[in-house]
Order: sequence, then structure tokens, then C-alpha cells
Amino acid sequence: MSEEAAPGALPTAPTSVDGGTPMQRDRATTIFEHSVEGRRAAVLPQCDVPETPLEELIPKRLLREAPAELPEIAEPEIVRHYNRISRRNFDLDTCFYPLGSCTMKHNPRLNEKVAALPGHARLHPAQEPKRAQGALELMWRLSEALSEICGLPHVSLQPSAGSHGELAGLLLTRAYHADRGEERMRVLTPDTAHGTNPASVTMAGYEVVKVATDERGGVDLDDLRSKADERTACLMLTNPNTLGLFDENITEISSIIHEAGGTLYYDGANLNAIMGRSRPGDMGFDIVHVNLHKTFSQPHGGGGPGAGPIAVSERIEPYLPRPQVIRRESANGGPAFDLDFDRPKSIGRLRGFQGNFGVFVRSYAYILSLGGDGLKEASETAVLNANHLLAKLGEGRAGRYAPIAFDRRPMHEFVLSGAPAKKELGVKTLDIAKRLLDYGFHPPTVYFPLLVDEALMIEPTETETRETLDAFTDAVEAILAEAEDDPEVARQAPYTTPVRRLDEVGASRRPVIRQPLG
Amino acid sequence: MADESYPEELRYHPEHDWARTDGDEATFGITWYAQDALGEVVFFEPPDVGSEVSKDKTYAEVESVKAVSDVTSPLSGEITEVNAALTDKPEAINSDPYGEGWLVKVKLSDPSELDTLLDAGAYEKLLSES
Amino acid sequence: MSRYTSGTDADRREMLETIGAESVDELFADIPEELRLGRPLELRDGLSELEVLDELSRLAAKNAHADAETSFLGAGMYDHHVPAIVDAIISRSEFLTPYTPYQPEISQGGLQAMFEFQTAMSELTGLPVSNAALYEGPSAVASAAYLAIGATGRRRLVVSRGLGPHSRESLATYSVGYGSEVIEVGLDRGLTDAAALAEAIDEETAAVFLQQPNFLGAVEDVEALAAAAKEKGALVIVSCDPVALSVLKPPGETGADLAVGEGQPLGNRLDYGGPSFGFFCATEEHIRRMPGRIAGETTDVDGRRGFVLTLQTREQHIRREKATNNICTAQALNALAGIIHLSWLGKQGFVELGELLVRRTAYARERLGAVDGIELINDAPVVREFAVKLEAPVGDVLDRCAAEGIAAGYPIGRDYPEYENGLLVALTERRSRADIDRLAEVLGAAVAEFRGSEQPRLAEGVAS
Repeated sequence: MSEEAAPGALPTAPTSVDGGTPMQRDRATTIFEHSVEGRRAAVLPQCDVPETPLEELIPKRLLREAPAELPEIAEPEIVRHYNRISRRNFDLDTCFYPLGSCTMKHNPRLNEKVAALPGHARLHPAQEPKRAQGALELMWRLSEALSEICGLPHVSLQPSAGSHGELAGLLLTRAYHADRGEERMRVLTPDTAHGTNPASVTMAGYEVVKVATDERGGVDLDDLRSKADERTACLMLTNPNTLGLFDENITEISSIIHEAGGTLYYDGANLNAIMGRSRPGDMGFDIVHVNLHKTFSQPHGGGGPGAGPIAVSERIEPYLPRPQVIRRESANGGPAFDLDFDRPKSIGRLRGFQGNFGVFVRSYAYILSLGGDGLKEASETAVLNANHLLAKLGEGRAGRYAPIAFDRRPMHEFVLSGAPAKKELGVKTLDIAKRLLDYGFHPPTVYFPLLVDEALMIEPTETETRETLDAFTDAVEAILAEAEDDPEVARQAPYTTPVRRLDEVGASRRPVIRQPLG
Repeated sequence: MADESYPEELRYHPEHDWARTDGDEATFGITWYAQDALGEVVFFEPPDVGSEVSKDKTYAEVESVKAVSDVTSPLSGEITEVNAALTDKPEAINSDPYGEGWLVKVKLSDPSELDTLLDAGAYEKLLSES
Repeated sequence: MSRYTSGTDADRREMLETIGAESVDELFADIPEELRLGRPLELRDGLSELEVLDELSRLAAKNAHADAETSFLGAGMYDHHVPAIVDAIISRSEFLTPYTPYQPEISQGGLQAMFEFQTAMSELTGLPVSNAALYEGPSAVASAAYLAIGATGRRRLVVSRGLGPHSRESLATYSVGYGSEVIEVGLDRGLTDAAALAEAIDEETAAVFLQQPNFLGAVEDVEALAAAAKEKGALVIVSCDPVALSVLKPPGETGADLAVGEGQPLGNRLDYGGPSFGFFCATEEHIRRMPGRIAGETTDVDGRRGFVLTLQTREQHIRREKATNNICTAQALNALAGIIHLSWLGKQGFVELGELLVRRTAYARERLGAVDGIELINDAPVVREFAVKLEAPVGDVLDRCAAEGIAAGYPIGRDYPEYENGLLVALTERRSRADIDRLAEVLGAAVAEFRGSEQPRLAEGVAS
């Protein structure tokens, strides 16, 4: 952010930086370019067994002829290198990150601390269940909590992220229909769906059938009715949807699909809007995936790790992935936890071991910290923040140049259309996004959902203050005011970031995706 | 990037593809409008030589950084040649869509299909109406 | 009370006024009456930080972790020393708290780390193309099948029984969606049966799946096995232990089209199985069929060097139902841990690590093989893991070893019924010669104790 502005004045940001900022002048060099022959960091344990020549233990033709060209570099330089490049990242801990659909909420450090306890972090995944009772109990308790929040009785924690959960849900749907002797090959997805939905549909061997959006931003019921039939395997939906709007017709949608014999899949990307207020299971959904890295505070890590547990209804339960965590009575009367592999109708494994356990620890700690009331309040505040931000933006130039795409009260996020800005100011959504970088904010998700022209999808989350939301509003106002004067300012932005606009065309035409060495 | 133009000697498909014919041989490409809508082309994946193409059906893809566009065959036939130069220089589709940026050559199976395509004037009218 | 929000009652009132709503309830008015929960969630009340720490510590204390015993567990994840700098760097906010680098101008740190990671994985596997990581090992194997089916237009998958059981199971699960058929080829004295493999590959075969070293720890002759696949135009996919690639011939030099695997041994915690990362490398011709993110080098408008996510038209957010994979959020932070660890090991250290493992494993195999009642499953070359058969019920033996503070290994009988009472023993640089000697002693005593006892059982029951 630029220096403090006078009350009432709009913030400003540089429109050029002579000679570049210090970081801009610092040319990026990779760890490989710091390599100098003979340098090293690691000191390994002494060889305490006979130093037999390797060729006597493994035939020479199976051995590597030359070592892998890893960097040769001492520890202080490794630390310096990664600290320096880390400063070329924008991060949530430092500033506002209203990336729609990604729920960039605060990542409590308590959760990192408990995940790092040796009993969790140093537990081998092949440890026998009887010697991993704490881990299994944690997984069982997390499953119970997710079950209550989703309103569905059974949970598998195995999927690694949302799209993995989607694939799991679709394979569960296949198994369910196959078990009933039915062959249904179509999956309905609204045209507002995340790209992962259709991609998962194809990987699961199904055909995508798109359902239109009505003028209120919900599922077009007539279109849905005309497409839901005996060929329909499943409808995949988010609610609130990717426009941030709660579909008021959800009960009707649910009965249309269930009457047609399909399953109803809930993409949990937007669960942060409704915790403790409404539950996907009560809406009629059969399968829900939960993004633990969105709703339940796992840090996003620059693109993972995440986890995508699924909660399912009774009729889907027999097909859940193997193994399942179960609780039994032990011989001495107390509870004992185990991994149940004996699941004859299971779709099988989707990955190795028990899932992203380290993520489970963090999310369980988060749920314990907030409790039932706290989760509800988190959703309420997320919705309040989004509506406040929308109202404030609407009072200014955004109301004219980037109005809400579907004029309804949103839930935890909302979608603006920058089409008027493009038409009247000659400034595209991309330009507004890039100019926001100079004001120190992460831009919203842009150009999604696809049906909104010049879309800006904004999700503030509950962990931001009113002052932050208002500062963001001021920045958008300042950018649009600048653009009225001189649209070139936004078109050339950003000016202050470690690098400026990058040549993505060149990168795609002639890909350089590794460092040439040697 | 080239200036907007729709050469008179070509025939056009409403999906923004053109054909240049010589007897039962034809060359296909995408129109100025199509390349402009797509933006800077970064990749063209040609079909196999010898494969069949059918009028109105997709036979290849062109890609920009953030979009993939299906290429529709304006006429039916068998592919006899693909523009291999586009592998290294896909930008020719932007800079010279009717020349260096051609996509494939086809031996037509039904030259009479040509009658169903638009001439330059009709295609430009279509563009102005959309 | 939500612990991580700031809104006071006064804030709330003012914000509602701005919005033009009477109450927070009004903001939820679109939810139909009958779908409102109307009762509190049945979860316990929120806890203080101290209480959460106590509760999680209570649970953690019930796990026998790798510091609490001498562990020879492996089977895909290994107890390597993770250098201190890894945790220090990956817990920096700048790496920990952003998301996928959609805005490259402010994500150069993460993008550059991906580029460095890709370079290192390309070096390890001897293949020119690497992505910026997938979820983990077995699902990366399943993703490789998707690529192979797309590239060849064939749907038959031939799989060595030496491929880890979790990978084979994942492949079977995904195959239902792919419409592919999985044909398994057995092992001959612990190595992939070359003749049976050649016979199983036909003109409809999309790919052949091998593991290096295989699940029983044995080093396969990938080059020889690959030949039959090449002949029939099938892709060769090798799932490998990245640490073993310090000494073994890289897959790219033995005919592999794709090399994938579990990245946990590179800088990642055990974490009871995740999160870690999967790697995915390929020959040049498959670059546009790759799953997942790929970072590429480019320049900015002023000519500065920079990095971007590239070849994005492969991905779900653009190509949607025709995407090369559905993956979105993957494991960027875990891959970063991987490249830091590899940089720390460095060119020399990485080889030294591999050599140390080979020598200690050879020593361990010799020591255990000499114990009465323990039989080696084969004498194939091994890197860091080997399989033995016990002449005693493995469950009882493992319990006894655990009582002595040793996790002696992974019982393979459930996955390989043909090796009833089989045990897979893994080493890392953390297991010294003294640890190995003690293992031989304790395991030997346990086998002697239970030798000839009647009811063999698998070690998967629950403690009473």
C-alpha cells in the first residue's frame, strides 16, 4: 500500500518507477545458477558398514553413469536464495486476498504447531492401526464433525483435494448405478460450474451435459427438466453457486434429479457461506466434497496441499473408498479405532495410504477452536463482509463501471461484470486486476464464471476487518477514477511488482520449462 | 497482426473457416475474424495426413494462451498435407491467416459442397450481424 | 465465538446499515425456511488455544511415531532426515499462505521454485519434461494411465505385480472411469516376470507399468522389460523412488516414456501418509498432454526474466471436459520442500546418500539372511529396502519387536498372499549399523520364540 492518504482522499499508487524498484533491478537467478563445483551443504552419517564398491552390489548397467546435476551450494546460500525469492511472492498473511472461490481466510499458526507434533508429523503411514490409535481417533472425530456440518451420515477422508473428491463422487455414482443394474452415462453441470467439474466427469467416463442459468443466476428449471431423464447419472452443483447466489429452487432441483433416478453432487467450494445455517444433506445432496484448504483453514501453500474429504448419504455408503476409519468396542470396553479394508462394494483406493493426514490435523484443530457456534459465526461474518463490500463498491464508480452481474443479494462472494469499464473506459477486467497489484491488493478471481462478461469474482472471507474492505473499495475507486483520466495507466499496470506484465504468449509458443544445464 | 480482410477468391464457413479450391483440391484455414477473437495463437495441433474430414465437423484445434478453439472443416475430403511450419511458427495464423497461416490441404470428396459456403460479401454480412 | 474474526457489535450494526439489511438473518433469506438448520450444530463449544493444544497433544501421544521407536517401515514412504532449513523456509508466510500463482507478477517466488523443482526432477528421471507436482505417488500412476490412453488411443494397461499395491489399486479404481482394462503380470523370484510381461503386451496395450525398485525392494532391469513394450507401441511408465535415482540409471535412459512416483522421501514429513507430492516427468512428445501445473521461463515488458504458469490450455479451467486431467490444487508447498532438500543434499550429497543406503541395506540383508528362521525372498540387487520371509507368524513377531521398541518392517502378506509372513524392511540414513544389529537380534529372538506357533495372523488387528 502507498503511504497514508488524507481523510476522504483516494489512495494513489505509482504509475512508473524510474530505473525500477530494487527488486525489479535484481535479476532472477535460479538455485542452479548459484552452483559452484565442490560446494555442499549436507553432511551425511559416516559409512559404518563395509564400503563395498557399488558395482559389486548392483550390476553396473543398472547404475547411473553420471550424477544428477543438482546444485552445489552451501547452506547459508540456500537459505538466502529461498528467502530472497520468497519476497517475490504476495501472501495472505501480509495483505488482503479476495480471490473468489478460494476462501483465503486466515491460517491459524496453532494449527501448524499441532500438526508438527512428532506424534502426528513423524507417524509412519504403515504403522499398525493399534499403534496409531491417536491418528485414527482424530480422523474419526474429524469425520464425525464433517458429517454433522454437511448433514450426511458417512465420510471418507481419502481424496487429496476438491477435484479428487469430485472424481471419487462420480466413481461412487457409477458404482451405485451399476449395482442397481443401471447404465446412466450423462452428468449435468450448470454452465457456471468450476472447470474441475467437467474435467472430472470425463475422467470418470461420463458425458457432460450443460444446464443453463436462469435470469436470476440460478439453475434454469425448464432446461433442467428437459435434460434430466433415465440417462442422467448425476447433477453436480455448488450452492451458493459460483455467482455467490443461493439457489432458492434447490428443493425443486433436488426432486427433479431424484425423480429421474440420478444422484446429486455438491461441490463444497462454497461451503464457507452456510456452515451452521443450512446443510447440503438437508438440501437433498447425496455426495459432498469439502475443501479443507478453503473452508477449514489449511494454508494454501502456493497451490496446495489441500484435502477433499467427501460426505455421503446412506445409499452411497457401501461404495466408499477403502480403507474406512471405524470405531469398535475393544475388549476392555473402551473405544478402539481401526482401518476397515473389508468393503466388498468399495470403489477401491484413490491414492496411497490414509489421505492428507497433516491437513486433517490442522482442520480438526480449527473445528475444535471455533466449535459449532464459531463455525456458524464464521459463515455469518463471511456473508456480512461480502455484502458490505458489495454495497460499498456499489456506492462508487464500480457501481457504474463494474456492477454486479446478477442483481441479487449474494452470500459469501459476488461476481461483478467489468463490461461497462471495458466499453466506456477502454479498461478491461485484466487491467483493473493488474492495477490492484500496485495498490497492494491481490486481485479477485477474473474471467470466471465464464457466462459473465469481464467477470470479477470477489470473496473477502470472515477474517478481514471492515477497514480492510473499505481500503480495497477505495483502491478500486481510485483505479476507476484514474482510468477516467487516462486508461493507459491501468493498461500498462503493474509498475511496482517484482516483474511487470509477462510474455505468456512467448512462454507457450516456445516453452522453457527447465533450466538448461551442463 | 494482419489488417482485417476477407479475400474475394475464398469461400467461407459460418464457423469462421475459409477454403481455397482448385478443382478437387482445397486449402483450409481460419478467418481474420477467428484469429482476432482467439488472440495470439500459441499452438496448432494438425490432424494426421490421410485422415478424413467432414464438412461442419471439427478436425483440429488452435490454441491461444487462455483459450482453445475447435477448427471446423468447411468441406469434406482427405487430408493430403498439413502446414508443418506452424509447429515452430504458430504466429503465422495471426500475421497471415490466408497465406502462410494456412492449416491443411485436402482432396475433396464432394466438390459440389462448395456451393453451400458463403462468398466474402455474405460472410462479412454475417459478421456485421453478429 | 469465532476466534479469527474482528467484527464488533458496532461494526456489525454499521455494516448492516450500509447493506440496508435489518439483521444478519436477512442476509440468509434466500435459504428456504425448510432448509434452515434451526438448531445449533452438534459440535462441542469452541476451545481456547491452550485447550486445543492439550487435546491434540493427547491424541498425538497415542501414536507410536518414528522418534518413539526404531523404525524400519517403508513401503512407499521413508523416514529420512529432513534438514532444518526445509521447515524454516516452507513456514515463511510468503510460501505458506498464497494460493496458486494466477497473478505471475506477484508470484515469482513460487513460480521460480516450481521451475527449479521441474529442473531437478528432470535431472533425477532423465526426462526433459516435468510438471510442478501432483497429489502423491499412486494417483500419479493413475494419471499416467490417462495420458497413455489419450496418447495411444488404446485402453489396455499391463501392470507388473512389482508395482506397489496402492498404485495398482488406484489404477484399478480410475480404470472404471477410463474404461480401461488392467492386466497384471506376476513376479518371478521377486522380479517382474519378463517372459510373461512380453506375452501380455499386445497391439491394444496403451502402457506397461513398472516400479523401480519394485515394491519388494528389488532393482528391475527396466531397459530389458521396456523392449517388449516399445515393439508393440505401448508407453513405458516407471514409478520410481526418487532417492534410489541417486544411484540407479534414470528411467529416461532405460526407455521410459513417463516417470512418476511418490515424492515424500524428498523433504517431506511422514505425516501418517500425507500431504506429500507426486512427481510426473515425460519425454518431449507428451508435453501437451501433461497433467497439472507447469512453470515456464519468459520475460516481462521491460525484458526482465520472469516465470509464468504455462501450457495452461491443457488444464481444467480452460479445456474443461477435454482437459488432460482434472487436478487443480496440488502440492506446491510439498514440492518446494522437495527442491530445498535436493539443493541441500546437492550433487555430491545425493550420491553419497544413495551409496550409504545401498551399503547399509546390503549389510542388513546379509545380517537378517543369516538369522535362523529368516529367509530372503530373493537375491536381486536392492537399494534401500528388501523382503524376507519369517518362519513364524508375522503379527506376533511384529508385536514382540514393537514391545522392544522396534518397528521391524511392513508385513506384505495382505498385499501378497504368496508371501505369507513376508516382511519388507526399509532403511534410511537414520538407521545405523547398530540399529541394524539390534533389529537382527530382536527379530531373530522373536522369530525363534514364535516359530512353529499355530495360527498365523496378519498384524492389523486392534489392540485390546
